[in-house]
Amino acid sequence: MEIIMSILAGVLFTTGIYNLLQKQMLRIIIGTALISHGAHLFILTMGELKTGAPPILEENIKNYTDPLPQALILTSIVISFGVTSLLLVLAYRASKENGTDNMEKLRGNEND
Amino acid sequence: MISNLAVLPIVIPLIAGVLAILFHKKLKIVRVYSQVLTLINTGVVTYILFYVHQNGSVVLQAGDWMAPFGIVLVADMLSMTLVLTTNIVALACIFYAPKSLSIKQEEFYFYTFYFLLITGVSGAFITGDLFNLFVFFEVLLMASYGLIVLGGEKVQLRESMKYVLINLFSSMLFVTTIAFLYSVVGTVNMAQIAERVGEAEQTGILTTIGILFFFVFGTKAALFPLYYWLPKPYIAPNPVISALFGALLTKVGIYSLLRVFSLIFVYERDVTHELFIWIAALTLIFGSIGALSTNNIKLVVAYNIIPAVGFMLLGIGVYNSTGFSGTVYYLVHDMIIKAALFLLVGAITYLVGTSDLRKMRGLIHHYPLLGWMFFISAFVLAGIPPFSGFIGKLVLLQGAIEADRIVIAIIGLGSSLLILLSVLRIFIRGFWGEKDESIIPDRKAARGFILPVAFLLFFSVLLGVGAEWFYPSIESIGDYLMNPENYIESILKE
Repeated sequence: MEIIMSILAGVLFTTGIYNLLQKQMLRIIIGTALISHGAHLFILTMGELKTGAPPILEENIKNYTDPLPQALILTSIVISFGVTSLLLVLAYRASKENGTDNMEKLRGNEND
Repeated sequence: MISNLAVLPIVIPLIAGVLAILFHKKLKIVRVYSQVLTLINTGVVTYILFYVHQNGSVVLQAGDWMAPFGIVLVADMLSMTLVLTTNIVALACIFYAPKSLSIKQEEFYFYTFYFLLITGVSGAFITGDLFNLFVFFEVLLMASYGLIVLGGEKVQLRESMKYVLINLFSSMLFVTTIAFLYSVVGTVNMAQIAERVGEAEQTGILTTIGILFFFVFGTKAALFPLYYWLPKPYIAPNPVISALFGALLTKVGIYSLLRVFSLIFVYERDVTHELFIWIAALTLIFGSIGALSTNNIKLVVAYNIIPAVGFMLLGIGVYNSTGFSGTVYYLVHDMIIKAALFLLVGAITYLVGTSDLRKMRGLIHHYPLLGWMFFISAFVLAGIPPFSGFIGKLVLLQGAIEADRIVIAIIGLGSSLLILLSVLRIFIRGFWGEKDESIIPDRKAARGFILPVAFLLFFSVLLGVGAEWFYPSIESIGDYLMNPENYIESILKE
């Protein structure tokens, strides 16, 4: 199961990076969103995938699920959600002000 | 009870920032409020530094969750020194801000973003938990996203897009790297990671993870070849915001490198630290060439961040206690002088109306005090005795020579010359020469700018002239970093 999940995370990363290298702003943002999904899935996989056991560690309990990766993912999801929404607004304003959403045309050399 | 001290430098600016939202349009109140709270915070931080100096590190186990399970906040000499420097820079910026920002910018939550930025930077310095470090990185980055677009000009919007994208990407890489490390060592507490990496004698996979961390922090700290994103976004916002960015943000990256590579990944130095030395050399060369390549005075200062980062990485790379002391000393020096230079250049741009060096001449006739202050800061930056840059570079190069790294020492000296040339060029072309009669000097505005810069320059000169007083404590930080057992023990004592 871990192997499949790792491959899935890898696929998300690859498609994310492909989109990141595009010129259109919206594609780039979708790329970053895909990469963050890949990263979250990856954390989940790294904490070992187990079901049916409580997330408690006590003296006599041998079989337990690691609760930490889920706590980490939750934090990370909230953060990437916030940044992505900010990025969307920013992209909207930037393309309105500059009259283009093509990153090629947003290099900016006039203040050298 | 006393361990709660460690959380104060995070909580005070956080609450201050949230409360500042309530009266963000009453400018007179919010200005005084921010200045007073920054002063209080500086006072508290000074007290904690003094306390830590007397009694050793203060460790807070948040929520009474014992060390490897909960989040720990560690106020040791290194982190508190840097938090104090952060607050000194913040103090200068908060008094400079009303003169430089437009009313619209101030009303649009500048003070809230400012306090949240301080929260994030202080938190990143104090935390002893790798995932928490990521969270504080995000706190300071979120505040910086707000600050960089403050005003919403065309250039700002364009440059902030790139800034947000590169930081978002490197943050995601940071999370992935933490996941890798978690799967190998099963913890995110830095002390316990260090312990376990030591037990495993740093196998190949751990070294790979170490290099990934280097890539993440290198992007934040603007090292060669990952610095390409830095100069332009840094000059897009208002000078006071540039000063906060230039002084604080890249330094958090360098601090993280210093922590991680003095504590955790120290067993395969032939691979990691050897790499740092060569990256440091390239950063020094390309950064100082970049500073010479432009006539925009703001861009010159922004490019000057890069060789400074190279110097600090050099101290980490040579891996001896002199090198570490040099890095810490240089961090303190560089935070102060970069803020001073950005504020000075901002003042010049405001007074002349352009940042193009070709359009300036003879400014010294109109603004003599500003001119001489720029002259002193150029000397501080390049490392001319008796100022603080000299001591920092001296210690760093001493560390390099102790480790038999003569080539890198020579590159460091050479790049210092280029740095001196790049800033003196501004002085010679902008301040010397015939009086420009077309400028009507605005002495009153100039006076307002001078005071915060003079405050920062005072510390730069003090650090250089009074090196005898400060150096012993910095040297003890260097020794402390060379012996990570002390850090591990102070957290996992039970």
